[in-house]
Amino acid sequence: MPKYSKFTQQELPACKPILTPKWVVSVFFLVGIIFVPVGVVSLLAARDVVEIVDRYDDACVPANMTDNKLAYIQNPNISKDCTRTLTITEDMKQPIFVYYQLDNFYQNHRRYVKSRNDGQLRDAAKANQTSACEPEKTTADGKPIVPCGLIAWSLFNDTYSFTRGNENLTVDKKDISWKSDREHKFGKNVYPSNFQNGLLKGGGTLDPAIPLSEQEDLIVWMRTAALPTFRKLYGRIYVDLKKNDTITVRLSNNYNTYNFGGKKKLVLSTATWLGGKNDFLGFAYVIVGGLCFFLAFAFTLLYFIKPRKLGDHNYLSWNRHPAGR
Amino acid sequence: MKRFVYINDESYQNDYCDNRISNTKYTLLNFLPKNLWEQFRRFMNQYFLLIACLQLWSLITPVNPASTWGPLIFIFAVSATKEAWDDYNRYISDKQANEKEVWIVKNGTRKHIQAQDIRVGNIVWIRENEEVPCDLVLIGTSDSQGICHVETAALDGEIDLKTRVIPSTCVGLDCEQLHKIKGVIECPNPDKDIRRLDANIRLFPPFIDNDICPLTISNTLLQSCYLRNTEWACGVAVYTGNETKLGMSRGVPEPKLTAMDAMIDKLTGAIFLFQIAVVLVLGSAGNVWKDTEARKQWYVKYDDDEPWYQICVIPLRFELLCSIMIPISIKVSLDFVKSLYAKFIDWDEEMYDHETDTPAHAANTAISEDLGQVEYILTDKTGTLTENKMIFRRCCIGGTFYGNESGDALRDVELLNAVANSSPHVIKFLTVMTLCNTVIPIKSSSGAILYKAQSQDEDALVNAASNLHMVLVNKNGNNAEIHFNGRVVQYEILDILEFTSDRKRMSVVVLDCESGKIFLLSKGADEAIIPCAYSGQRIKTFVDAVDKYAQLGLRTLCLGWRELETEEYLEWSRSFKEANSALVDREWKVAEVCQKLEHSLEILGVSAIEDRLQVGVPETIEILRQSGINFWMLTGDKQSTAIQIALLCNLISSEPKGQLLYINGRTEDEVVRSLERVLLTMRITTSEPKELAFVVDGCALEIILSRYNEAFTELAVLSKTAICCRVTPSQKAQLVKLLKSCDYRTLAIGDGGNDVRMIQQADIGVGISGREGLQAARAADYSIGKFRFLKRLILVHGRYSYNRTAFLSQYSFYKSLLICFIQILFSFLSGIAGTSLFNSVSLMAYNVFYTSIPVLTTVLDKDLSEKTVMQNPEILLYCQAGRLLNPSTFAGWFGRSLYHALVVFLITIHAYANEKSEMEELSMVALSGSICLQAFVVTLEMNSLTFVQFLAIWGNFMAFYIINFFISSIPSAGMYTIMFRLCRQLTYWVTLLLISGVGMGPVLALKYFRYTYKPSAINILQKAERSFGPMYTLVNLESQLRSDMENTNISFSTTPVKNKASVYEPLLSDSPISSRRTLAASSFDIFQPAQSRNTSSYPRNIKAN
Repeated sequence: MPKYSKFTQQELPACKPILTPKWVVSVFFLVGIIFVPVGVVSLLAARDVVEIVDRYDDACVPANMTDNKLAYIQNPNISKDCTRTLTITEDMKQPIFVYYQLDNFYQNHRRYVKSRNDGQLRDAAKANQTSACEPEKTTADGKPIVPCGLIAWSLFNDTYSFTRGNENLTVDKKDISWKSDREHKFGKNVYPSNFQNGLLKGGGTLDPAIPLSEQEDLIVWMRTAALPTFRKLYGRIYVDLKKNDTITVRLSNNYNTYNFGGKKKLVLSTATWLGGKNDFLGFAYVIVGGLCFFLAFAFTLLYFIKPRKLGDHNYLSWNRHPAGR
Repeated sequence: MKRFVYINDESYQNDYCDNRISNTKYTLLNFLPKNLWEQFRRFMNQYFLLIACLQLWSLITPVNPASTWGPLIFIFAVSATKEAWDDYNRYISDKQANEKEVWIVKNGTRKHIQAQDIRVGNIVWIRENEEVPCDLVLIGTSDSQGICHVETAALDGEIDLKTRVIPSTCVGLDCEQLHKIKGVIECPNPDKDIRRLDANIRLFPPFIDNDICPLTISNTLLQSCYLRNTEWACGVAVYTGNETKLGMSRGVPEPKLTAMDAMIDKLTGAIFLFQIAVVLVLGSAGNVWKDTEARKQWYVKYDDDEPWYQICVIPLRFELLCSIMIPISIKVSLDFVKSLYAKFIDWDEEMYDHETDTPAHAANTAISEDLGQVEYILTDKTGTLTENKMIFRRCCIGGTFYGNESGDALRDVELLNAVANSSPHVIKFLTVMTLCNTVIPIKSSSGAILYKAQSQDEDALVNAASNLHMVLVNKNGNNAEIHFNGRVVQYEILDILEFTSDRKRMSVVVLDCESGKIFLLSKGADEAIIPCAYSGQRIKTFVDAVDKYAQLGLRTLCLGWRELETEEYLEWSRSFKEANSALVDREWKVAEVCQKLEHSLEILGVSAIEDRLQVGVPETIEILRQSGINFWMLTGDKQSTAIQIALLCNLISSEPKGQLLYINGRTEDEVVRSLERVLLTMRITTSEPKELAFVVDGCALEIILSRYNEAFTELAVLSKTAICCRVTPSQKAQLVKLLKSCDYRTLAIGDGGNDVRMIQQADIGVGISGREGLQAARAADYSIGKFRFLKRLILVHGRYSYNRTAFLSQYSFYKSLLICFIQILFSFLSGIAGTSLFNSVSLMAYNVFYTSIPVLTTVLDKDLSEKTVMQNPEILLYCQAGRLLNPSTFAGWFGRSLYHALVVFLITIHAYANEKSEMEELSMVALSGSICLQAFVVTLEMNSLTFVQFLAIWGNFMAFYIINFFISSIPSAGMYTIMFRLCRQLTYWVTLLLISGVGMGPVLALKYFRYTYKPSAINILQKAERSFGPMYTLVNLESQLRSDMENTNISFSTTPVKNKASVYEPLLSDSPISSRRTLAASSFDIFQPAQSRNTSSYPRNIKAN
């Protein structure tokens, strides 16, 4: 005799929901009630953010070289210094985040994103571990590169400094990277070696005297972006900016985005609880909430126009067509 | 083509195999390669192996190879272990049979050897009640006349004793001579025909004459028969080991694949093609992008001179990236739920037979879904539908009815008094009951007399007579000894006028030894006996009695007798012998002669025998037929009995509602003519509300199956009901095969050894562990104690299994496609280079934990309660027609996964744009979005939610976070701190909520819309049982039921009209699948894959959908 239990007899008590009009309409109604306010709040938050974007890659090319930007960027003898002027459109409360934005830059490329070795970055003893760093593993004479790999090699190296009138706005570059990265991913006793010593120089260079855990620009850069358009934190300005202030940006335009048509932008932005200026969530919530209300009403209307008796056996097809079929 | 067996001559013995029986599939040495080979014959396994191998190439692998190898090895180890265990058990049982001790003659003396060492040509001695170890030609028995009795149940399932005789040339040899006998037997090569042996024997001098003596099957003892009632017998081994008749007909049962597995394989194939297409498109796009764009991206640093294989690197990367499209977990999940379905069957209390203490058992755990898709049930009769217990219930003797009040004539005081008073009518009646038969009485050791009868009716009659004090004590050759009221009466049986289905009666001519009078005793069907009454006898009472008994569902026999004049008998006897030795048309001539004697009978009375149906058989058949399953009855029994039983158990209806069409005839011409006639009638009558059934007997079937297969196939498709009588085990199997070849799902149910082959042949074999032993139950996929459990097995277990697997398999594809589509979408934003958005850990855990566990609880899902299903068995059609898993429902799930992938991906990349677009974070957001949608989808698609399901679904969602918190706290892991960071961000939760809302909103809306305005029958019943389920009072339930019944009855008698036509069409266009396919594919939809619509096309009975 099999042992009796509700499980073995498949008789566990079960909740058997049915999609009644009342239930479905109230679900949609409820979702609408939740979504619309959330959307409105998100929209307001996004509106609060002040954001100033300045594209400078084209503007910083000397007028005589606009036809041959590649020659300009690849010639080390041409000065890359450039000055831009920004006008503040709204009052900006500190802290003001300074980002650089790259467009059409594939940090997520299969070849690129894997070209790093976390062990080497963390542990000085593992300097020789350059597996996966292809094709930036070692120098021509076989010495391991620290940090190895394409990501480090292509380090972004444009620099910015800001002045308002004569006042120098200091950019605080401390703590721009994740704390966890500084403490656990990049070693305190790992120093750059043989970096950018190859024939082909990629991006920026690193000071061999500073340990990797303090090379915050590198740490930020090595947090690869998932999308081809991305912003990375350059620093923070702890000064309130007033509307119509004029900011002068002195930048050195070192980084080559010209041969693949990538754009470089400088972004100054404040932040709210939702992050930067991003309308998407707000709009999406409002629209979805609205649609839910619409569906709720439509179903209610439909219910009154075309009422259906629940579970009427007459709807069963084998009952619906009696003899004579 | 022939083999020559030299009796007792060792120099020739090695020409043929020894008597070792082997049913094992593997040996120790070939197990691994053979098993791997078998496993790799499955497409899916080949595919996974290929993927696993490709992953070893680090240049192209997006994830750690262990994530594929681990599960793969695990899956293979599990199934190999199972195979090994099964094979070991087979080995053990073979070993037992092989090592049994037997006596053989060696160098003139008897020796004990193991059964496996018997060689062709050995003389084997068998004692009473021993099993015959191999096929023997009988050369000697303990009986002076050279006969012996065997029980052939294991071979053909017939439980009566059969008489075997030694060939004439061996008559009269004593033991000594048998030890020294030499000779040659010429016999055909081994075959599986258990009814035929065309051989001859020639003994060498000094043994009598050296004439050739023909051998037939009645001179043989076949393997697995038992010797009964004979002290000893000896014979020459002619076929041994796996070459015996039994061994040849055993056949290796093929592993069964359910229709659903086949469909899943097909869908897998389709997905595979889709995947190849995706890989080719993305691969070439990737190569183009690489050559045009990526080379400008200096930071990617492509070499200018690349190795030759570089062109296929990107396509291969995509291949690996897309390999998750085909979920490796599906096989493990399916195996798991299937074994649970089987357990539920084993556990089911309502299928527990209290009478014999046997639970239902699923021996084959892999095919439960098929139970829900059965279209044809082929059932044995005796022991399956009936209890196989015939009981004498009533009788009408000389116009007096006995047993009317109590329903049991044996307890009727009047009859007992009549017996005690030796009322002449009653004595005559009892004498016919006792003598007019071919029963063999056997005295058991305890002194009680047991009867072995060819027919259960005769058994019942003789037993009843002995209860009425007329006891058949002994039948020795032609002499019968009867005890009546303490007197001993001797009779000599002069002639037996055998029963044939044409004559429908049998008679014996007996000589009363005391008085020297000769009597003709006859019994038979009423229409065969009553016309033979002497003119002037009032037969109306008997006709009335027959009618009355038949209405009660009893099997009636009329009994009559006549005293013969000695001269008349002698004269007749001569012509009878003549007819019996005729070479041409013997049967017809014998019948003619019998006719001459069987006239002017004094009708003595009518006996009524009850062949009790098992409890609940008519209801079960009614319900199963209502659910659209067609019933065929295949029986070794005679036609009239079969029809009787069929009428009793609702299989066929009597006139005028139903009509039986007979296909019979002895010669080919007759058979063909009647086949054509029946076919014509079938085609015409399809427009009338009539239940048609055809009846065919073994003889005609033999001719039809060998030559007129096509016409019969058409008939088979047209006919919902059929009765095949007098069929052999191999014909049963052939019929199953025929239906299978038309792509019907067949279920064979039987209880005896003669059903084994059909059970093995059918898609599903069900054995009844009954009176005829456990053979059928052992060979079957499912064994149940009683026939009535079949309805629960099919309607409850089969249906649930089908529904659950349909959901589980499609869901498995859905979740794999979802993650794969996200990867593909991401590749458009990552330079079409085959970057994986998700890391190895997430990808592996996604399939193994996050999404597998919740859906496994679908084994607890019940769309409708068992009660509702039993009340509306028509609902089974959804399973039969494969409405819940077919290309169109699959397309729905496919669309849903595409939609959800778009939702997850687009929302994620927009919410996490710009400064937030960090790779690890973004991938976790997308992953949580997918997991969240999964949980909602499973919740929404479950029809009933127990706390187990709820816990599994949402507990799993929690577990997702716990696992990721854990991984996020390992510093060396790629996603260190990620989950903590995300959970602190408000944006993350807001994004997740948005994904759920946008993902599920349309799904819910569409489901509701369809549920309310285009409900499927399942939906309607769901609503009915759930909304006013508790308010179902007995009254309205009954009226509801009654109206249901009425309607269904009508529609059932009418629907065949259309359906039969629509059923046959597909055959014309060669494949019934095609029509099934087209109709099924007519609906396509995204959000409601679990339910199909098309309710209007519902009432088809057979297939067409």
